[in-house]
Amino acid sequence: MRVDVVMPQMGESIAEGTITRWMKQVGDMVSRDEPIFEISTDKVDAEIPSPAAGRLIEIKNAAGETVPVNQVVAVLETDASAAVSAAPAVAVAPATATAPAPAAAAAPPAPAKAPASSPEPTRTEGAFVSPVVRKIAAEHGVDPESIPGTGAGGRVTKKDIQDFIAKGGAKAAPATAAPTAPSMPAAAPAVTFAPGARVERQQMSPMRKKIAEHMIEPRRTSAHVNSVFEVDMTRIVAMREKYKPVYEERHGTKLTMTPFFVKAACDGLRSFPVVNSSVEGSEIVYKKDLNIGVAVALEWGLIVPVVRNADELSIAGLTKKINDLAERARAKKLLPDEVQGGTFTITNPGIFGGLYGLPIINQPQVAILGIGGIEKRPVVVADAIAIRSMMYLSMSYDHRVVDGAVADQFLAMVKKGLQEFDESLL
Amino acid sequence: MSRLRCAFLGRVPYEDAARLQERLVALRRSGESDDLLLLLSHPPVITLGRNAAADHVLISDDDRLAAGIELHEAGRGGDVTFHGPGQLVGYPIVALREGRRDAHRYLRDLEDGLIATAAAYGIAAARVPGLTGVWVGDAKLAAIGVRIGTGWITSHGFALNVGRDLAGFDAIVPCGIRDRSVTSLTGLLGRELALADVARTAARCVAGALGYEAVWEESALANDSIAGLSWPPVAGGPR
Repeated sequence: MRVDVVMPQMGESIAEGTITRWMKQVGDMVSRDEPIFEISTDKVDAEIPSPAAGRLIEIKNAAGETVPVNQVVAVLETDASAAVSAAPAVAVAPATATAPAPAAAAAPPAPAKAPASSPEPTRTEGAFVSPVVRKIAAEHGVDPESIPGTGAGGRVTKKDIQDFIAKGGAKAAPATAAPTAPSMPAAAPAVTFAPGARVERQQMSPMRKKIAEHMIEPRRTSAHVNSVFEVDMTRIVAMREKYKPVYEERHGTKLTMTPFFVKAACDGLRSFPVVNSSVEGSEIVYKKDLNIGVAVALEWGLIVPVVRNADELSIAGLTKKINDLAERARAKKLLPDEVQGGTFTITNPGIFGGLYGLPIINQPQVAILGIGGIEKRPVVVADAIAIRSMMYLSMSYDHRVVDGAVADQFLAMVKKGLQEFDESLL
Repeated sequence: MSRLRCAFLGRVPYEDAARLQERLVALRRSGESDDLLLLLSHPPVITLGRNAAADHVLISDDDRLAAGIELHEAGRGGDVTFHGPGQLVGYPIVALREGRRDAHRYLRDLEDGLIATAAAYGIAAARVPGLTGVWVGDAKLAAIGVRIGTGWITSHGFALNVGRDLAGFDAIVPCGIRDRSVTSLTGLLGRELALADVARTAARCVAGALGYEAVWEESALANDSIAGLSWPPVAGGPR
């Protein structure tokens, strides 16, 4: 029998581990609980014992690779006499609710008629079954794969399964009759199918996983509120055009818009320190340093390098620093401490023409500034209609500590800082 | 409440302490040893954790040898650190029990124990989210780097800066963090503390944070033994 060796979850908040060393090689015999590889997760090194006795027949990830928890990293053959791959490794879940035959591996699933509709006989691998649906399915002894899904990509929604059960779908298969595949390793992910859904299943990259965690966390923690201001950027657009060649020549760097926003934000943060704070328990922690995170979109995700003590840099200094960080972010050459310790974040939802975005706060910070797209619009200036380069400036802030009045005063100050930008700073 | 046998071993060369730990981990796994907390100090040594970046050692080999600082790789998590005589090093060799088998929880528990130790001297230390260790303001008071072996047996642990002399840290980028400094109990209090006294306080606080009652083994050094091992364990053994 084959037993999967997975990246273990060394802690609730640990999503991945880096394999530092294989202590056993393919072909080696290992006993149960004998260490087979070592992993490293920031301040913790751990050796991982074998889940069973047997021969190591496959190593999927080499030393140095970072692997999400519960992903299979190696395979053991526990049956000494087993020929190479006599049986398929993947156990197939019970075919249908109406025919709860034991999950014999490799048995071609007979097209079975589900009560509510006729799913295509061909099973499409990989549809996602949500934990809620899986739980309800288990409680009622229903095979979620036999239920027609109405959700995205044929996904079975909570309502689908409830309707299915209400129509008597569950009666055909009492809970006790749901067998578990005896040969299925406990840690193997459940293989799920949705009738008729053409899907492809892909493991999230460690970065994707981190982003996912990092994005859901503030939603649970912060009390998000949004404000949007309109800013006349005509002056800055002109200034940038004027100084672009000068910067190329004098500083060897491209003058972008970002340094203007960082500068204006710093001035606002100094005047409204609570916007640069964090919440720890019942305390507000005011950060004395203005470490501004600047979101950089990457082809494979998103990263927020941090400009430390941004208020101490000139516009030229900011330009160089930001360009350098962004470049190295794209080249995957940022140092770990260059993405940590941010106290406030600026992101630019406007790069593809969006008017504005309402970003998620970057915990443990309490506010994030969103830069909308700049476009020429007719506006009223001194009771006349003029063509100006306009932009929406949005901010999401944590209402636990930042009240609307403070946020709006902060934004008003940033707006003023941008509209009346001091040219001598360039 | 379970008991944690704690002992202060004085100044122990890094390599000897590493080997002692290995043996104690094996004994703990086979059930031949209790849960232990070794407290000691090291002669000046730079240790490299598994995630150490070579350029975080700032001193050249020649300068390092001239200064009498050893260099060792350590089978623990974390980056580069420095240990010296003014520092209280603690190595808990414990079998984490069900409910505490969480690497991050263990790190946070150690931090709690060290924060309580500092508090016992009237110092308000804290953790900094994302930066394991114990901090007073922006300065690091204690570093943490651990190893978890088969059966959730811990080794390595923490280093609490007690004495004022922290010059050894100038030779490295502690834990790979460039923009923060280090501090010590003595530096913060303005008076000298005996390492052995701090060891007692730390034993009590760390044991408490890990869910134990500390039992002080006064005789560990006098008897040259701990957990039935003669001390030093492998003096003059193969290198």
